[in-house]
Amino acid sequence: MQYAAPETTAEATRLLADSPGTARVLAGGTDLLVQMKFGGLAPDLLVDIKNIKGMRDVTPEDGGFRVGAAVSGAEMGEHKAMRALWPGVVEAVELIGSTQVQGRATMAGNLCNASPAADSVPAMVAANAIARIAGPDGERDCPVQDIPTAPGKTSLQKGEFITSIFFPARPDNASDAYLRFIPRTEMDIAVCSAGVSLTLDTNGTCTDARVSLGAVAATVLLVQDAANALIGSKLDDSALEALGAACSAACNPIDDKRGTIEFRRDVTAVLAKRAAKIAQSRAGERS
Amino acid sequence: MKKLHINTSINGNSAEFLCDPDATLLSVLRDQLNLTGAKEGCGSGDCGACSVTVNGRLVASCLVLAAEVEGAEITTIEGMAEGEVLHPLQKKFLEHAALQCGVCTPGILVAAKALLEKNPDPSETEVRFWLAGNLCRCTGYDKIINAVMDAAAEMRGA
Amino acid sequence: MALDHDTKRDFKIIGTRPLRPDGIDKVTGRAQYGADQSAAGMLVAKMLRSPHAHAKILSIDTKAAEALSGVKAIITAADFGDMRKGEAMNVRDHIMARDRALYDGHGVAAVAAINEATAKAALALIKVEYEILPHVTEIADAMRPDAPVVNAGFVQENAPKGYSENVVSAHEFGHGDLAAGFAKADKIISRTLKTAATHQGYIEPHACLASMGPDGRGELWCCTQGQFYIRTLCAEILGIEESQLRVTASEIGGGFGGKTTAFIEPVALVLSRKAGHPVKMVMDREEVFKASGPTVSSEIDVKIGMTKDGRITAGQAELRYQGGAFPNMTNWLGAQCAFAAYDLEAVNAIGINILTNRPKQAAYRAPGAPMAIYAIEAVVDELCEELDLDPLDVRLKNAARKGTKSSYGPTFDEIGLVATLEAAKIHPHYAAPLGPNQARGLSCGFWFNFGGNTSVSLGINFDGTVGITEGNPDIGGSRASISMMAAEELGIPYDKVRTIVADTNSIGHNDVTDGSRVTFAVGLATIKAARAAIKEMCKRAAKMWGIDEDAVIWEDGYAKPAGQNAGEFEPLSLAKIARKSANTGGPIAGHHEVNADGAGVSFGVHLVDVEVDPETGFTKVLRYTVFQDAGKAIHPDYVEGQMQGGAVQGIGWALNEEYIYGADGKLQNAGFLDYRIPVASDLPKIDTVILEIPNPGHPYGVRGVGETSIVPPLAAISNAVSRAIGVRMDQLPMSPPRVLKAIKGAKG
Repeated sequence: MQYAAPETTAEATRLLADSPGTARVLAGGTDLLVQMKFGGLAPDLLVDIKNIKGMRDVTPEDGGFRVGAAVSGAEMGEHKAMRALWPGVVEAVELIGSTQVQGRATMAGNLCNASPAADSVPAMVAANAIARIAGPDGERDCPVQDIPTAPGKTSLQKGEFITSIFFPARPDNASDAYLRFIPRTEMDIAVCSAGVSLTLDTNGTCTDARVSLGAVAATVLLVQDAANALIGSKLDDSALEALGAACSAACNPIDDKRGTIEFRRDVTAVLAKRAAKIAQSRAGERS
Repeated sequence: MKKLHINTSINGNSAEFLCDPDATLLSVLRDQLNLTGAKEGCGSGDCGACSVTVNGRLVASCLVLAAEVEGAEITTIEGMAEGEVLHPLQKKFLEHAALQCGVCTPGILVAAKALLEKNPDPSETEVRFWLAGNLCRCTGYDKIINAVMDAAAEMRGA
Repeated sequence: MALDHDTKRDFKIIGTRPLRPDGIDKVTGRAQYGADQSAAGMLVAKMLRSPHAHAKILSIDTKAAEALSGVKAIITAADFGDMRKGEAMNVRDHIMARDRALYDGHGVAAVAAINEATAKAALALIKVEYEILPHVTEIADAMRPDAPVVNAGFVQENAPKGYSENVVSAHEFGHGDLAAGFAKADKIISRTLKTAATHQGYIEPHACLASMGPDGRGELWCCTQGQFYIRTLCAEILGIEESQLRVTASEIGGGFGGKTTAFIEPVALVLSRKAGHPVKMVMDREEVFKASGPTVSSEIDVKIGMTKDGRITAGQAELRYQGGAFPNMTNWLGAQCAFAAYDLEAVNAIGINILTNRPKQAAYRAPGAPMAIYAIEAVVDELCEELDLDPLDVRLKNAARKGTKSSYGPTFDEIGLVATLEAAKIHPHYAAPLGPNQARGLSCGFWFNFGGNTSVSLGINFDGTVGITEGNPDIGGSRASISMMAAEELGIPYDKVRTIVADTNSIGHNDVTDGSRVTFAVGLATIKAARAAIKEMCKRAAKMWGIDEDAVIWEDGYAKPAGQNAGEFEPLSLAKIARKSANTGGPIAGHHEVNADGAGVSFGVHLVDVEVDPETGFTKVLRYTVFQDAGKAIHPDYVEGQMQGGAVQGIGWALNEEYIYGADGKLQNAGFLDYRIPVASDLPKIDTVILEIPNPGHPYGVRGVGETSIVPPLAAISNAVSRAIGVRMDQLPMSPPRVLKAIKGAKG
């Protein structure tokens, strides 16, 4: 195996594109190194992107923020302005692993690992975050929800890697929340999860919403019916019931060591309802 | 596999080593530099026994490649006491009997020190969540939490 | 051994909380654990393991691996000795498959190479041809008459008939007329309860460093609870005499019973002999889960009858335990423990051992007891709920006490169950208010405690300090408590005594650190060794004074004339006698060797409050209090530590921990990510109340405390959750999907 730590995006894409064998991007490494130790992964090349300029920066852009691909969870958690704008995203990132893992793990890595249970992904999908991708043919932007295509698989082409993720500006009376269910209080992979991002008008009526679900299908789901249940409501009980029903209906989970189909269907609805209430309350505080 | 030549600083001392590109920081610390205070309990970042700091950030050294620490500043449990003087956390762990077998203790001490540097006055709940990635199977955590809270109080007073 | 009734009451050092002697090494990273040693010229060993739950091994081709540069030795089962019976054979065959792989992760071959990368590369070059056989991992499946036979030839005469050859033994205990007892009951409840297999979850994986020459003489460094037993096992497996092998126990990173036997040590020794180099072998975490010794899983039928006023009229249980592909005695222990807390006229418990395609179980803290008592205590609690009786009052009404003929035979001497129940009853925790979705549960717990073979040597140094050599690895502060007992007996300060754990050549035989035996048995031998040294010091004082030896007594660290008739002499301190000892007859030492009896059983009671989220089935433990009889707490911090640690392991067992096997017979959660032990944020404070009802079998009244504490949490939490959701839970762990399903089932 070779290890390379290029200082430019161009060099990194060239290394990745030219590698004849298995090449992997190394940012936080918290999934990659585990796969190398226990998962039978034996890459021929690791491209460490942390030495590339901008990879570790959170930069204001058009009223939103651009988060470099190597920004760790701990660094995200310490960024007060990002947390104020997208609290659901930051809380989702902070749920990934332990304090030690937070010191390394990145959102971009969480996304490219392409686990349907990845904590930050439903929150990013709800936030309509846009990934910027560098590749042999230059840069392109892609909505986060189009990156994972199946467990462990992404739409990135050979030589491509994510350089940053953009979180747009939003009105004052808008916010988001992310909840997951785990059997302990920490250290587990989500059994199921829900992210809700919403905007309220001055009367407190929801005018816009995005609802995403994790660990209940092969990829994170963006559930339009669930969003529709909220839009036009003040998140009264009937709207929340409709939200829950839409989420349960959208689920296509499996039985596995972490949970059952039935459990995931039921609890996804519970989490979506609770997350919607939290997002509503946060939006109210911001307006 | 061609070895990489790495220059770094460990506990304030410059350190230089050759490593395989896929060697973890933990394996280099333990097997090459004889710093065996960090333990491998799981190798997957789930137990915290290998905790060290890299550039002030708490990490699991089993999930860091040695190749990545070029130019970095690393601290380990071996750098915690200054000569004969134990760190307040080390002292309080002894006084509170916060260890039984002691194999998780170096990792917990390194993690607790990182917490108190960031937050000198944590609540018990904050301590418990910060240390959730440090598994201890002997103590039920009770005396560990007491020791960290007491050390924090002493350090604030000092 | 005759019971020692001079139970001492007035202590200076016992009951205080001095710092442990190994503490500084452990907070500075200096302590040397199993994987922390290296040797010049050392090789690294790795095992090839079966990916199948059950498969015939048709061939093993190691040629390509042997040809790899840097590979120094490769072994298979053929390289081990050929003994045909006994536990060492089982241990050997559990480590390395002979003709069949019996579980997912069963060792097939091992390689020693110049480094880990080479060893791993060599494993990939070994070609094993398997013929996959039908497997069975669950109890009910394994018992069916047509079940695949896991490991033939182990059926004992007492095994129940009508089942497959996997049902290998049964042990029955009890007394009285069950039918008459049940006839007297106002309410009878019968239930089947299940517990999953769990793992001890020690943080330090198994590790060793072996060095053996072609003459069969060897040195072994390893993390173990018993260096002497490791020596016995390795000697038998290698076919050498025990004197040829010296075993040194490293500092041990947790054991809980799981390090009472061998998993890698014989492999490293044989590789070392073959390669002619020291060999280091360390399991990774996946190997620990797959190929060490988890505990049994169980299915337990319980039937208990009770009168309206809470008297238990009869109790009956059939306990079915699987402990992997080899026979074990956990069924024998579990059947004895099941009803131990109760004074019953009619009781019967039968424990059955079933073989499955899983790793060979090892001891785990009170082996067999937690699941047995969980089943009994869950049904007792259900009876209390049905009959609207206070669960503590019912336990008090039926509690075993001095003079009770126990459910497993012996009549109890002084025991602390009633005292612990009464302490729980008056504790503020028992009366504290509860909120919505919250409930309180309680359970009794019991463990026999062991004594066993023990050797201790105590030397009086010329400068008046004391060195103690003992042979039981210190898993939770025992060097401190042993030093304290010696200091107490000798009448000198604690810091004048240093205790070390010696290798197998430096002290007489010692049984494994298990059965909560160390503070009791090693403590007892230490006190006796100190008394032998005191006798010698009195003799020396007599010589210095020129009086008769019988005219000297020992008091508070001084030799004194026994009375006025003995003469007027200035008392001689231990230090003074020590300094003169070269001139009064030579070095002074005491030693004691014993097969200690009279360990004294330990009872405990746990109270727990939980809150269950009715929408997710998540259980939060809100408050926890442990009440336990320690006989005499030598170092209360470490007694509390045992009580807290056992309680939290039990909380994990109750809520989340389980071995999950797929339909393919493979273990699905061989890591700390999905084998979910409690983390700090899962838990409240674990409060402790130490009761001290002296054990008549120990000079200071000590009872073992290490194991009882894991017994009550299973039922205490199950009872709390059942009361919180209004449905009786009958399976562990009570993972959220199971709890939510129960809640939904109750709603219809």
